[in-house]
Amino acid sequence: MTQAPERYMGNGIPRKEDPNLVTGKANWTDNIKLPGMVHMTMLRSPFARAKVTKLDVSAALERPGVVAAFTGADLAEEWPGGVPCAAVVTEEQKTPFFPPIVTDEVRHVGDVVAVVVASDRYAAQDALEFIEVDYEPLPAVVNMEDALKEGSPLVHEDFGTNECFTYTANVGNTDELFDRTDDPGDAGAEIRGPEVQGQGDTDEAFRRANVVIKERYIQQRLLPTAIEPRASVAYPDPGHDGYVIYTSTQVPHLAKIVISLATGIPENQIRVVAPDVGGGFGSKLNIYREEILAVVLAKRLGTPVKFVEDRSENYQATIHGRGQIQDVELAADSDGKILGMRVKLLDDMGAYLQLLTPVIAISGAAMFPGVYTFDAFSIEIKGVFTNLTPTDAYRGAGRPEACYAIERAMDSLARELDMDPAEIRRRNFYEPFDEPTANPAGLMYDSFNLQAALDRAVELADYQSLREEQRRRREANDPVQLGIGFSTYTEICGLGPSHALAGLGIGGGGWEVASVRMLVTGKVEVATGTSPHGQGHETSWSQIAADVLGVTPDDVEVLHGDTGTVPFGRDTYGSRSLAVGGIAVYHAANKVIEKGKKIAAHMLEAAEEDIEFEGGKFSVAGSPDQNVGIGDVAGAAYLGNDLPEGMEPTLNETMTFDPPNFTFPFGAHICVTEVDTETGAVKIRDYIAVDDCGPVINPTIVDGQLHGGLAQGIAQALYEGVIYDEEGNLLTASMVNYMIPGAPELPNYTLDRTVTPSPSNPLGVKGVGEAGTIGAPPAVINSVVDALSPMGIRHIDMPASPMRVWKAIQNAQGLQSGDRQEDASLGASAAGIKQGGDA
Amino acid sequence: MRRIQVNVNGVTYEHEVEPRLLLVHYLREGLNLTGTMVGCNTSNCGACTVLLNGESVKSCTLFAVQADGHEITTVQGLQTNGDWHPMQTAFHENHALQCGYCTPGMILASVSYLKENPNPNEEDIREALEGNYCRCTGYENIVKAVQQAAGQTS
Amino acid sequence: MIPMAFDYEVAESVDHAIDLLGQHGEDSKLLAGGHSLIPIMRLRLAAPTVLIDLGRLEELRYVRDGGDHLAIGAMTRHRDLLFNDLVKEHCGIVGWTAGLLGDPSVQHRGTLGGTLSHGDSSGDMPSVITALEGELTIKGPQGERTVEAADFFQDYMMTDLGEQEVVTEIRVPKLAPGTGWSYKKFSRRSQDWATVGVAAVVERSNGSIGSARIALTSMGATPIRAAAVEQALSGASPDAVAEASQSADEGTNPSSDDAASAEFRRHLARVFTQRAVEEALGR
Repeated sequence: MTQAPERYMGNGIPRKEDPNLVTGKANWTDNIKLPGMVHMTMLRSPFARAKVTKLDVSAALERPGVVAAFTGADLAEEWPGGVPCAAVVTEEQKTPFFPPIVTDEVRHVGDVVAVVVASDRYAAQDALEFIEVDYEPLPAVVNMEDALKEGSPLVHEDFGTNECFTYTANVGNTDELFDRTDDPGDAGAEIRGPEVQGQGDTDEAFRRANVVIKERYIQQRLLPTAIEPRASVAYPDPGHDGYVIYTSTQVPHLAKIVISLATGIPENQIRVVAPDVGGGFGSKLNIYREEILAVVLAKRLGTPVKFVEDRSENYQATIHGRGQIQDVELAADSDGKILGMRVKLLDDMGAYLQLLTPVIAISGAAMFPGVYTFDAFSIEIKGVFTNLTPTDAYRGAGRPEACYAIERAMDSLARELDMDPAEIRRRNFYEPFDEPTANPAGLMYDSFNLQAALDRAVELADYQSLREEQRRRREANDPVQLGIGFSTYTEICGLGPSHALAGLGIGGGGWEVASVRMLVTGKVEVATGTSPHGQGHETSWSQIAADVLGVTPDDVEVLHGDTGTVPFGRDTYGSRSLAVGGIAVYHAANKVIEKGKKIAAHMLEAAEEDIEFEGGKFSVAGSPDQNVGIGDVAGAAYLGNDLPEGMEPTLNETMTFDPPNFTFPFGAHICVTEVDTETGAVKIRDYIAVDDCGPVINPTIVDGQLHGGLAQGIAQALYEGVIYDEEGNLLTASMVNYMIPGAPELPNYTLDRTVTPSPSNPLGVKGVGEAGTIGAPPAVINSVVDALSPMGIRHIDMPASPMRVWKAIQNAQGLQSGDRQEDASLGASAAGIKQGGDA
Repeated sequence: MRRIQVNVNGVTYEHEVEPRLLLVHYLREGLNLTGTMVGCNTSNCGACTVLLNGESVKSCTLFAVQADGHEITTVQGLQTNGDWHPMQTAFHENHALQCGYCTPGMILASVSYLKENPNPNEEDIREALEGNYCRCTGYENIVKAVQQAAGQTS
Repeated sequence: MIPMAFDYEVAESVDHAIDLLGQHGEDSKLLAGGHSLIPIMRLRLAAPTVLIDLGRLEELRYVRDGGDHLAIGAMTRHRDLLFNDLVKEHCGIVGWTAGLLGDPSVQHRGTLGGTLSHGDSSGDMPSVITALEGELTIKGPQGERTVEAADFFQDYMMTDLGEQEVVTEIRVPKLAPGTGWSYKKFSRRSQDWATVGVAAVVERSNGSIGSARIALTSMGATPIRAAAVEQALSGASPDAVAEASQSADEGTNPSSDDAASAEFRRHLARVFTQRAVEEALGR
């Protein structure tokens, strides 16, 4: 009986989720069939901006199988709230009314003009062709800088501007650092890439800054591309007032509130279920017009309504990620110590504000200083409306953008000072700390030890040998050059303290709920407010509960994703689930043990303070033979006929955990590339990632999260990017030409970990879901630029496609021979806008 | 409408179908075999992969009428007497899936490939899975799973 | 992404297919592997009223030894070609390239006759058959005829195939022992269409190049022979390859798209012509 109990936390046990998924028994939303169910299909705008001058659905109604067809005017009274946005980032923010179906003007390709409901999806699709609609095309706003110019067409005429908001934050005096006269003089070298705007000026503050880096980076729009497209089934709840909606979402609990706000249906008459969900990556952290419409039509028609988007709709009408133009300035002394940073962002809202659109860039604003300590920081963010698909959260959501900017600028600084990129990072790291420490933007980082992570990465990469090989290839003029790129990053996880979210302008709390129930048979139910869609919460939460309760993970069933089963929750996004939701499970399970001790004391006729709990047994201190198993205690609690005086029956404890702070995982990545200078092709030869997300509950799942995040980060760096033409037509409208990478395009990863616990929660855990998408893009681009730097190449925009790399080489060679060329790969592709035919 | 007879997972079915009915919709909606999914509609992603006479095909780019008289295997037909196929076990043991949406297609493409090449190296496997996209795993664990299954079945 | 409704006919023989084409006229379409046609039907960019399915014509699925050539049935699947021993032994470039098309599931369905009839100049097989100076056998109401690959591809997605005709067989020469080959495909992703492709068939002769036949993918409306390079290499030393390849883009007319500008395609054609010829010389 003295045998140490098995501990499950820290073990990479195979997932409990898998059996259904590998055998085809998963319950995807599109699997759901209900009696009388009809299919809803949208008529979508082929124009980025146009007036709808004629709209008549009557001919469609005559088509076989068609049950109903509606215009926006027909249904407008059903959505008093429109599609809600939950973020207000400044008092002046302009928030347009966002109708599920437009009534006057279409504002992006894919905007919804009418809806058809038919017996099956084939009939619905056919009927769309019989809707009579005339458009009067209008000039579209497709470029953020043009959008802000006087006289630009307006996405929303009534605002009189395309500016959604301007957000500013200042810490320390960056103006003093940066303001300067036209002539940088001898005080320092100013780096001017081809993309620099050329408005530099210097004043006496330049005395402090020996070097100023001033660069423009583009965060291209990305398509999140969950492999399962969006799908919803809404139906009147049989036997109840109200509606049930099964929907492929990360946020059933938020959806319940938002659908109520949009439709006026009381919140307590809406039940939202997220069944198996085939990936989200932020794109399903939203409540879409189609979900609202499905409920509205289920109400109107009194029958189940299904919506399933196809991939082209997914690319036109599901949110896009990123979409920023970043002007970044970094001031440093001659030792490479950063003195200050100034950032100006243009952030592409698209045509409407989805759930969190305006807050994405804001949530990354304080992360621009990265893992470096300095005093002065300022940022200005302008949100800009365009006639493009709305943007919102995509894996990382604001932080990859920030990390890329600082990590690219650090490499430029190192190059300017002829300093090793690892060394310049070390010079600016925080000394290791384990108590909250303010960053230059005032954010309280929780615990860091960057030095250890970077040392380990350098060791794993065999860094000196790589530099040696690089030198040899350079000397031999090898057509294939070697690049070594660093990225030392942190991310903000564990969204989040409710007070901090309020500060960001996000409506709604950042807490999470868990209930742990010991059943009379000794089995355990854990109900969690998190809503997994691939992250393995059923497994990890079982491990946490099993360790606290002294049972096995197989004894634990994790319930999630149904507002009928788990009434309160704040769902899954922002790498919050473990650091908030997992901690709620931990606390609730401990509350079960605390109550169990009282019952055990009563059963064992001992004092409560003498009861110990270990290995699933309550025993009397010093008399281990006097014990009772947790199953028997649960049974007694359930029977309720012999409990301590005044105690409520059942072992059923709930915890709502609101964390005191965010968590800040960090790490050091090294990307080794081989760049074919003849073709522009980039091959990742090795990718080393040493990540620190605190103690790990399930290392197999953590590694999997890293693999997937790195893949998406590499994809942003090398492959993916939304392309629109000048009329606002989406050219990357299917997987044929939107370049999500396949197995041959991606490398294996060399992973390792350091462990620096967070002081923000009792397990010290931090979160890991977005580490890869944050750390990887700058590591890859730094590597490609490093390979080509002897040619004088300072920057290549993402995605660094073969053509872009080749163009950069061509331009560099042209510049070397005194032949000045415009680099079309820089800036021209701002937010993915194609400029002319021949890049 | 056209009458077809197909054998799916060992069961023979006869149905009248519209010629334009895609095989994936026939399987999902006609036969309720929902282990086969649609991901891209353009034959890029492979979520809809099934075996046609033992060979991987994309059921979103095949009309049900083209399958008339043929044998189809979906992920629901891979088990033998309730035991998982070694590829299913290998995916589970190597954490080769997260959300699981691409998984049935990925497993079937891998099963088909190992019949053609029982002893592939890592690069072979990556190339063989070029037509099956996964957005969650970054592929490394999928490749490992196929290597494990190859070791067991060859 | 649901196709428009259509009628469906199964061709029981080549003659039956020709009859059906005559019966249904210009709105009918032949269905082979379907991997070009079905996606565009799903996008409703094509809406044939009748599909004539050649998929049951097992008699068109073969590779036969024709003495100095290989005869390949039009309905032979790409995956068949990849693993075929006759192809491996006598004309490896065909099998190799079949393995680069699309992905294995696409190769299980797609057919050689289908990809050639589709006439997409960004397809890999049209260039390979052009470099091999292969021939196509075509059957129609007036009987059978043979056309050289160079004459078959006429313009972008336009071939010599008449409205009531069916490609039945493709003949490629057996490559002599002294002949090397290469197909270089450059694409963003492995499964994608070629940004640029180069097929090279090179005869070696006493340490120098006897003759070279080079055809380019995605460099114009049809597969294009790199005639200037071929000429420069005829009888030349292997040392001449790098310089000769510089004229690979002569006479081409590539387009610009997201993957590559015309200028970049021209550059890639030069790079990969050199790499393909060098590989062919070493094979």
